[in-house]
Amino acid sequence: MQVNFTKYSTFYYIFSGILIIAAIVSLSMFGLKFGIEFMGGSNMEVDFQKATPSNEAIQGALKDFNLGEITVQPTGSTGAILQFKGVDEATHQQILSALNKLTPVQEKSFQYIGPSIGQELRNKTELAIFLALLAITVYIAFAFRKVSRPVSSWKYSVTSLVALFHNVLIPIGVFSILGKFYNVEITIPIIAALLTILGFSVHDTIVVFDRIRENILRRGMGQFEDTVNWSLTQTLGRSISTVLTVEFVLVSLYFLGGETLKYFALALIIGITSGAYSSIFIASPLLVTWYKFNLEKELKSNKKTIKG
Amino acid sequence: MAQKYYILIGVLILAVLAGVFVYPNYFNKGVDFLNSKLSWTLPHFPEKPFVLGLDLQGGVSLVYQADLSQIADKSSAMSGLRDVIERRVNMFGVSEPVVEIQGQDRLLVELPGVTNVQQAIQMIGETPYLEFDEERTATDTQQILDVMKQVQAAQTAKQDITKIPNWQMALENPYFKPTDLTGKYLTKATVIFDPTTYKPQIQLQFNDAGAAIFADITGRNINKPLAIYLDGASIIDTNGDGKIDGQDNYAPIVDGKITGGKAVITGDMSDQTANSIASRLNSGALPVKIGSPISQETVGPTLGSVSLQKSLMAAIYGLLAVVIFMVVFYRFPGLLASIALAIYVAIVLAIFKLIPVTLTLAGIGGFILSIGMAVDANILMFARMKEEIKSGKGLSQAIDEGFRRAWPSIRDSNFNSLIVCAILFFVATSFIKGFAFTLALGIFVSLFSAIFITRIFLMVFIGKWAEKARWLL
Repeated sequence: MQVNFTKYSTFYYIFSGILIIAAIVSLSMFGLKFGIEFMGGSNMEVDFQKATPSNEAIQGALKDFNLGEITVQPTGSTGAILQFKGVDEATHQQILSALNKLTPVQEKSFQYIGPSIGQELRNKTELAIFLALLAITVYIAFAFRKVSRPVSSWKYSVTSLVALFHNVLIPIGVFSILGKFYNVEITIPIIAALLTILGFSVHDTIVVFDRIRENILRRGMGQFEDTVNWSLTQTLGRSISTVLTVEFVLVSLYFLGGETLKYFALALIIGITSGAYSSIFIASPLLVTWYKFNLEKELKSNKKTIKG
Repeated sequence: MAQKYYILIGVLILAVLAGVFVYPNYFNKGVDFLNSKLSWTLPHFPEKPFVLGLDLQGGVSLVYQADLSQIADKSSAMSGLRDVIERRVNMFGVSEPVVEIQGQDRLLVELPGVTNVQQAIQMIGETPYLEFDEERTATDTQQILDVMKQVQAAQTAKQDITKIPNWQMALENPYFKPTDLTGKYLTKATVIFDPTTYKPQIQLQFNDAGAAIFADITGRNINKPLAIYLDGASIIDTNGDGKIDGQDNYAPIVDGKITGGKAVITGDMSDQTANSIASRLNSGALPVKIGSPISQETVGPTLGSVSLQKSLMAAIYGLLAVVIFMVVFYRFPGLLASIALAIYVAIVLAIFKLIPVTLTLAGIGGFILSIGMAVDANILMFARMKEEIKSGKGLSQAIDEGFRRAWPSIRDSNFNSLIVCAILFFVATSFIKGFAFTLALGIFVSLFSAIFITRIFLMVFIGKWAEKARWLL
């Protein structure tokens, strides 16, 4: 029994298209909320022993320090995360004692990032993402060099890159919304998660393409669409299993792990699900669509030469 | 015995060793029991704790930017700075501090378990900067004094002082200018006592290069004062008010050229003051100036241990879910794979302890992720195996074929993840590095586990009997 995946290719394209457009719109409207590792500044996580004082009370207590804009984010019932511009250690201690005067407070963690490091981090991250994409493209082209017919090997690269953008864009879009409405920041763990998604989604796509390659080598190049569908059917069970097992681990991390790893896990959950989906419903159908498109072009130009 | 049995035994021994290494408590208790009952003297398994990163045990992480603009030999200056700060930090009594050079001109200082951050930063940041200054020429002095007058006038008139030419000169000491002799040439400072008055004195010993410079300076400044400053202020109290501030200026007159590289600081000071100055000098006259930290991260101890506990819980539950799924979906092979997975976890944790790998939150995240991915290789093999069985092949052949067919996918896809890990490791910061490293380690071990452990289990445990109990597969 073979499932004809590619018959409904148009629906997949439309569905993904909508998601991608939504992500892009969200990004342009809301932008991304970067954590202080990238922007520089101070991040103070405190626990007010009794009850969290009001926002105004906190702002009032810290008025004399000229901190500019202070963001106060309550966490749990007695905690809060305060963010303000960068301060040195002496000022930090003074701020802490000013808060303590307001109501007894205990500091859980404090981070100060100078502006130069923030900028550096942004640059390094961009470099990392660029290199990763480059390496993946090259690797896929190399791994699939033996299967240049009926679809040339660099086409495999391109379609997996398209799937990849899809997989990275959607989590970023989700985080842009989360950043706007729930103040969720993009921190270093999230970037690490995105880079992992890059790696893992290709991992997934490769398994599918690998099967296609093997079937082409075994059954010949005719009936490309058929071969693709047959490969997809064969790998479906395995794809679902793999994604499920990783998701189990990540969901457990999301609900039971600490705060820091929570959104890291979320990013991975979205990215990996999207990765599995895109290998089956985007990358492979794209191969077929491209193949058909080229075929029609050839036919048209053949018709012309025959006529004329 | 067939080769596969040897491999199986090897794997089982490895598994037991790894397990005991990771958690020796039960083993050691058992050994104690045996020792007491049978009067043996079996050794304990060494109990090596995991090395926890700052975000798991609490502590402070600071990054300093060194000012290398005046230094020619940058790398030796940086190692000198690193050594000095490490001495300081050790004096502070921190267990297992980390003092590392980052890049060309940055220093990373990590102090696990430190709660008094302010004190730590003060101690590190205020490492004494020792300098010897000689007298300026009269014209220089006059010039600076003039500029100072101009700047003062401008300040009272609330004018822009930057308009005055050379306005920065107003910030300099009009009477003394720095020489080449600084703390980096100091080998030792000792407290000695004047033989007649029994008053404490500080004796400074310079190294050969420093002695040469000192000879130069003293040679050209005979009968002139030589000022000695520690951290921009006079090294000792000279006006007898008990404080060292702007009123003090320790500048003894040079008697003659000093060639031995020894200088003695005399003056009115208590034993205590002499000792404290000498020890400050000894624990490190900084070869390079650093300012306050350019980045700082403090994690309270409670937050650290809570994060650790939570991540471990998450890992355990996640693992449990995976095991249940494998057994339900893949039945007997699934059970074998679960055992292989448990062995995988033991081996990875043992490697963490062995190297040792500093476990951070990111590292644990990477490890948890790799557990999920480790199963993938197994699933690929099982899926292939099922196909081969369906197409009518015999069991052992199916297992072999299953592995052979699955291997290219396993290799290619894991290889790709490894490439991403490598990039992450080289390009990014310490947090991501930790994540990349544990993920890469996990992937390597999972490849090993797929090839040796799961496959061997399949080969050994699925024999003729399974042909009859096909439903188990």
